[in-house]
Amino acid sequence: MKVGVVVFPGSNCDRDMFHVLTDVFNFDAQYFWHEKGLPQNIDAVILPGGFSYGDRLRAGAIAAHSPVIKDVQKMAEKGIPILGVCNGFQILVESELLPGVLLKNNSLNFMCEWTNLIVENNKTPFTGQFKLKQKIPIPIANGEGRYFVDDNTLKKLKKNNQIVFRYDKIINGSSDRIAGVCNEDGNVVGMMPHPERAVESEINPIDNKPSSLIFESLLSSMGVEN
Amino acid sequence: MSLEPQELSDLKSKIGRDPTSTELQIVAAEWSEHCSYKSSKKHLKMLPMTGPLVISEKGYDSGVLDVGDGYVITAHIESHNHPSAVEPYGGAATGVGGVIRDILSAGTRPIAIFDGLRFGDIEKDKQARWLFKNAVTGIADYGNCLGIPTIGGEVEFDECYSNYALVDVAAVGFGKKENLIKNHANKGDLVVLMGGSTGRDGIGGSQFASDSLESEDRSAVQIPDPFIEKLIIEAIIEARNHNLINALKDLGGGGLSCAVSETADTLGIGIEMDVDKVHAREPGMHPDEIMVSESQERMLIITSKQKLKKLQAICKKFNITCSAIGHVTSGNLMHIKKGKKTFANISTDIVANAKLLDRPSKKPAYLKTIQKEKKLKPISNLSKTMMKLISSPNIASKIWVYGQYDHEVGIRTVVKPGRDASVLRLDNGKFLSVKIDGNPKHCYINPREGAIGCFEEACRNVVCTGAKPIGMLDHLQFGNPEDPEIFWTFLESLKGLTDFANFFKIPCIGGKVSLYNETPSGSIKPTPLIGILGLIDKKPLVPQKVESEDYLVIIGKTKDELGGSEYYEYIHKFIGGNCPTVDFKESKKNMDSVLDVIEKGLIKVAHDCSKGGLAIAASEICMTNQIGCQISLDKIPGDKLDSDRILFSESHSRYLLVLEKKNYEQLETILQKQKVPYSIIGKFGGKKIQFTRGKKSIVDLSVDKAQKTWLNSLGELVMHG
Repeated sequence: MKVGVVVFPGSNCDRDMFHVLTDVFNFDAQYFWHEKGLPQNIDAVILPGGFSYGDRLRAGAIAAHSPVIKDVQKMAEKGIPILGVCNGFQILVESELLPGVLLKNNSLNFMCEWTNLIVENNKTPFTGQFKLKQKIPIPIANGEGRYFVDDNTLKKLKKNNQIVFRYDKIINGSSDRIAGVCNEDGNVVGMMPHPERAVESEINPIDNKPSSLIFESLLSSMGVEN
Repeated sequence: MSLEPQELSDLKSKIGRDPTSTELQIVAAEWSEHCSYKSSKKHLKMLPMTGPLVISEKGYDSGVLDVGDGYVITAHIESHNHPSAVEPYGGAATGVGGVIRDILSAGTRPIAIFDGLRFGDIEKDKQARWLFKNAVTGIADYGNCLGIPTIGGEVEFDECYSNYALVDVAAVGFGKKENLIKNHANKGDLVVLMGGSTGRDGIGGSQFASDSLESEDRSAVQIPDPFIEKLIIEAIIEARNHNLINALKDLGGGGLSCAVSETADTLGIGIEMDVDKVHAREPGMHPDEIMVSESQERMLIITSKQKLKKLQAICKKFNITCSAIGHVTSGNLMHIKKGKKTFANISTDIVANAKLLDRPSKKPAYLKTIQKEKKLKPISNLSKTMMKLISSPNIASKIWVYGQYDHEVGIRTVVKPGRDASVLRLDNGKFLSVKIDGNPKHCYINPREGAIGCFEEACRNVVCTGAKPIGMLDHLQFGNPEDPEIFWTFLESLKGLTDFANFFKIPCIGGKVSLYNETPSGSIKPTPLIGILGLIDKKPLVPQKVESEDYLVIIGKTKDELGGSEYYEYIHKFIGGNCPTVDFKESKKNMDSVLDVIEKGLIKVAHDCSKGGLAIAASEICMTNQIGCQISLDKIPGDKLDSDRILFSESHSRYLLVLEKKNYEQLETILQKQKVPYSIIGKFGGKKIQFTRGKKSIVDLSVDKAQKTWLNSLGELVMHG
């Protein structure tokens, strides 16, 4: 399983994601600098968290115009699994690969804390191993993490089963407590919380098994026995 | 912003002529207290700075410790007090930036940030609240963007910081020993300036920081850009991996003047440079301005000619500017040109080595009476007092602060902020525990014992995670050193720290002295801040969930030491009394025993007693775990005291341990054998925090109510006043 980790200027969770992919789940991961194209033989793409371009203008707005995004778009059309975490999610939204926008948290502050996700869609390549409504203890760390969609889009998201994760309680004021969504085909997923920070028991004070299922789902979606 | 008359005549006699204006600016920056340490340097030598784990290299701005298996950690501490008092957001943010570049200069990747913040009384003083709020946002915005977790620190409020701010930032780096940059340079090597452009911000910043803050000199405050700093970090590490760096130095106080003169002086070389080659933010800057600008996010690199192209390619990848501004010459002159015209040509030995001073010192008059006790107004309801203390800004949970810092990025944070010390996992399977501590209330009453107390408290905190202290950082913050009484408090604190460091064999691996911390109403209280690095070889003590029937044990003696306590100062508004002191032998015995019982896996939680005393420490365990505890004051080891004194004394060398009933016998055997003062004082369970004496209830609180107050009061105070 070849997984590309895209690195933008200002990405800062790229090495964490790479460590988890390679050392914890034995993926064949490779970094791709945002100016380089993505090769054809990649099985999945991850856009990690960070502050691409220092969050100037809006989080993800400048990175969405990076050369690599064209390749990500092509891969998305081909149905290749793509995951955006935190700033990666913001970039996917800004690239219009995912619907909605991410606004400043209600508190107007950066928030770093452990929270719980509820799985709302277990048909994506990143959630196939979950039971519906399964709980995932996981940390968030963002300033612009409040997912927002208008009422019509929200209806559409619900109808198409595009809401992938909700928070179990209101934490930042996001529409319908949404923490992660997917595209209509389900192969592009974006989420604000950080699964790469939750899969190792040493640093997860609660339970590392649920978040591990995100990566195990990807493995099994590719037919790799875990 | 100039030299003293005596210094000017010294300079003239040393160079045998009148200095040029550029030379004058360069020397004034480098001879400022901030850069030269001229008041303190002679005395700092008393601190032990070597040890089996300490690695000393030429020209490092950070300390290096060998943590085994080919790995090292680096650590440094800095403050940005004057700028933060004027512009807290930018001042605090650039404070983070500066110390991060010190870590980077050794060739190590920064892996953690710690901040110690001090402001005036935020309950009464709106400006203090504004300073606090913006300093926290500045640190958050900068550190979060860099992707370096801010995992610990402390916040304290005291009227002595009214209209002022202390913003101390410590950072830790990690890397392979073989990747440390061994600073060297050969004749003909190139001098390269990498990073942000040089502008008119921060002109004269180091002199600004070496003077009392009487006028707000806004141009002396630097502007932060964490995005460029992030790119610099990645570019430097990539350049280091390709072995493209011969020598590396961060541009901090004094800008190019200090970086060039100190690099040249340390490496025994000369440097010739052209200010026209420096990428400037605006046209028309005078050479004087370029040389002393403290624009942020800049690094000075010495590389060889054949490596330049590769270095430029890396900078191009990250879209950061790097300019070859000069070259290494033989001899020891720093020769500053603009085009062909010479603006300065002066020996770096003269520039980098200000004349050290031997300032007079005298015991302050106030110390004669300050330790006198006062008869306190009796308190009828100690539960109310407890609730008041729990909500006080110095004791309330700092979750409003650390919740804004990304403390998880880097996926090393094993013990998270809000505990005794934070713990990071290292790549060799070991763990690093770090804590910074200060206590100006104690230090004011007794500068020597107070400083020792800060040292011991930071040690206690890392010990509570199962770590053995291996290195210390000190940051000594005092008022105007020209005042003999203030200088005396500086010397006393330093002597205390030296004695403790020697006794415990904990080397000082880095530090900083910040003087002239004066507010409109006088000097700040003596504020030494101590950072302790502890190493855990096998397994850290990650606090476990406390459950019903678990035991609470106290180690150490509770004495009549309430001087400088929160109880005296916040409740009784009394500044004075007996300051806590540390008995070194007892301190060591207690420390070793706690480490021993942690290593044997006997306990679930270890927590040190400090601010607010036993009462607050025990309540913190209850509030964190949302469980009650019934605690008896009958068998607390130590002096025979009134109940309020037992509850709130801030005696050092004390620890609270939580353990399962089944481990108690084994614990007792160990503690008895080591002759440690201890007592089992409570049992967990229920929903109430209760202290009793005999049959009398002394304190009775609902855990839920206390927890809510503790968690929310600081945030509410900041947001709503």
